[in-house]
Amino acid sequence: MNTMQPQAVILIVLIPLMSSYAIPLLGWRWKGSAYFIALIAIGASSVCSLLLLWTVLKQGTIHYHLGGWLPPWGIEYVIDPLNGFMGVVVCGISFLVTLSSKESVEKELPEKKVRFYAIYLLLFTGLMGIVVTGDVFNLYVFLEIASLTAYALIAIGEDGAPLASFNYIIMGTIGACFYLLGVGYLYIVTGSLNIADLAKLLPPLYHSKVVLIALAFFLIGTAIKMGLFPLHVWLPDAYTYAPSAVSSFIAPLMTKVMAYILIRVMFTVFQPSYSIEVIPLTVILSWVAAVAIIVGSIMALAQRDLKRMLAYSSVSQIGYIVLGVGLANKMGLLGAYLHILNHAFMKGCLFLVAGALMYRTGMRNIFQLGMIHRKMPFTMGALVIGALSMIGIPPTAGFFSKWYLILGSIEAQNWVFVAVILASSLLNALYFFRVIENAYFEVSRGHPEGEALIEPNREEVPLSMLIPILVLAAGILLLGLFNERIISGILIFALPPGF
Amino acid sequence: MIIEYENVIIKTICRLLIPFIQLFAIYVIMHGHYSPGGGFQGGVILGASFILLVIAYGLEESRRRISLKALTIYACVGLFIYSGIGALCLLMGANYLDYGILPLPLSSIATIRAMGILGIEIGVGIGVMAIMICIFVGIASYETGGENG
Amino acid sequence: MVDYLISKYNYWVYIFLMMLGFYAMMGKRNLVKKLIGMNIFQTAIILYYISIGVKKGGTLPIFMETAPRAADYINPLPHVLMLTAIVVAVSTTGVALAVLLMIYRRYKTLEENEILKSIR
Repeated sequence: MNTMQPQAVILIVLIPLMSSYAIPLLGWRWKGSAYFIALIAIGASSVCSLLLLWTVLKQGTIHYHLGGWLPPWGIEYVIDPLNGFMGVVVCGISFLVTLSSKESVEKELPEKKVRFYAIYLLLFTGLMGIVVTGDVFNLYVFLEIASLTAYALIAIGEDGAPLASFNYIIMGTIGACFYLLGVGYLYIVTGSLNIADLAKLLPPLYHSKVVLIALAFFLIGTAIKMGLFPLHVWLPDAYTYAPSAVSSFIAPLMTKVMAYILIRVMFTVFQPSYSIEVIPLTVILSWVAAVAIIVGSIMALAQRDLKRMLAYSSVSQIGYIVLGVGLANKMGLLGAYLHILNHAFMKGCLFLVAGALMYRTGMRNIFQLGMIHRKMPFTMGALVIGALSMIGIPPTAGFFSKWYLILGSIEAQNWVFVAVILASSLLNALYFFRVIENAYFEVSRGHPEGEALIEPNREEVPLSMLIPILVLAAGILLLGLFNERIISGILIFALPPGF
Repeated sequence: MIIEYENVIIKTICRLLIPFIQLFAIYVIMHGHYSPGGGFQGGVILGASFILLVIAYGLEESRRRISLKALTIYACVGLFIYSGIGALCLLMGANYLDYGILPLPLSSIATIRAMGILGIEIGVGIGVMAIMICIFVGIASYETGGENG
Repeated sequence: MVDYLISKYNYWVYIFLMMLGFYAMMGKRNLVKKLIGMNIFQTAIILYYISIGVKKGGTLPIFMETAPRAADYINPLPHVLMLTAIVVAVSTTGVALAVLLMIYRRYKTLEENEILKSIR
């Protein structure tokens, strides 16, 4: 098809890619233009992603042949409802985070602005490419683009950042190489690299060991990249020491896109019946996820640094998403999809609040936040909404995704998972209430790390940082109130056939 | 900091060999579309010829021949040639990177496709050369506090 | 048994190289040795991919008039995929070297146990 509309499939990747190497050229003369080029490019991609989601819901799956070559021989880009939904999530959160990055990049990395935005746009290109592609090797290329730029962006942070980034390089490369090995094994037995073609060619081969080992390699590779317990050890250091703009971009998005790769491999390349009946993969995944939820919450209780606590909380939330995938029934999978959306909003809001605190006061220790609500009331209000949503209190968004996960566990007759979800909500409440307590009351006077009152003059963060925080907080409330519409309008169509 | 070799043999041999290395690199780029070779390989060999110049003659001498600003421009221009040919196919009405639709006055669609991929290889070669030299010079300037700009 | 070992020797070579790279990444304490181990790991995967395209009696995948049928050439697709993988390996090495330079500038050493001691 050559009408303008499906060309949005390639424009969603091409516009950020070309802008990312227009930035060094234009930024040599006009240093302030880097931020605006990045913002315009991500805005254009957001418009394309909304257009694509609307088209997919009306017309069905879109196929785009790159270079005019037909599918098994050429690379093809496929947009189905799951892709379109992920694309809108990634573009929307990226736009809001980029909007707020101007002031914090000015303050933390003043002389590296032009190169920072060039690499930042390449990271966005990599994530969007993973979401839209329909070819397993093309996915590896975009996965490596996203990973390499993330390594570089994390390394320019503060004190412990280069060592944290080196740890991430070693572990992330192992993960990506395992993914490449999985692709190689599938290529040996089928001779094809296209996702739809593999889904047709694989079912007669389900008895062979090669296909089983390929799925194992895919699983371990994406688990390393996602930060699933016990392969999560790179995650806390990388999120803590990165610059504020970088951690607010990577934390909501990268692990979700890796979870999307897992869903794509398990349910589109391999039939769902393979993971449920032929090998007990979903049972193993759901138990590992349950352990991840509990361990992440317990480790988050022991932290004094706000960003490190949020990083361990991310480890726990990835456990929720993988639990939903591992339950492998309709409610569980809907809960996983909804939690991808909700967690992107929640973590985006919380990390932006941490960035705002860093910008205004320069401190990150929870016990030193005495009565900061008098200084930054709107920011702390957004922190409260984000915390309530992470705990799971209606009508915020977090309650509904946990509700669907509990319904899925009940449908699978597994009461241990219900207990795990409820217990982790309690643990979330413990560590988030400690932050809210310190921000609103002066409880830490006697604590060895507590400090005196922060001076109570109203000094909020600049508007370009405040507006995305408020938009995300309002989004959390709206997503909670309208979750029925989202599920019945978009997510029902994103379920794989057979659910 | 890389200072120049005082040995006259090394300087002379490098000075004589570098043009031939570059000629070979251009040969590898141009033959990419029907025999072993291509953009990345030729670009690396071109970059290696400049790195040989830096090792033999020192960093200061080579800075006069190719500056960091020119390298950034080469890298971006090379990548623009690559995506530009693809975007040109988009503007002509076909899908991305569908070279068959470019209006070149050649004999058949297959030849137009061959010329299209040749254009892309040249773009990639220029970009890769610039990036290879950038990586080497960046790491080599470590002791003087890194390059600026 | 011996026949099984000898006929699939390309798999044994790639497994040996991969485990060598893995041991270097995990067991060595110097950061540059870890980086070299990562490079060996990626090279093992590249060798494996190329070895799966070989056919008995096949010739090089360059078009010649003496061999017009497509089945006479070895499979060129893994070679093309591995070009991309080599580029990725080189870029990862470049980024890792830059990060190692930043670590050296900050801690004046590249041994992992000394760096961790100076952080605590």
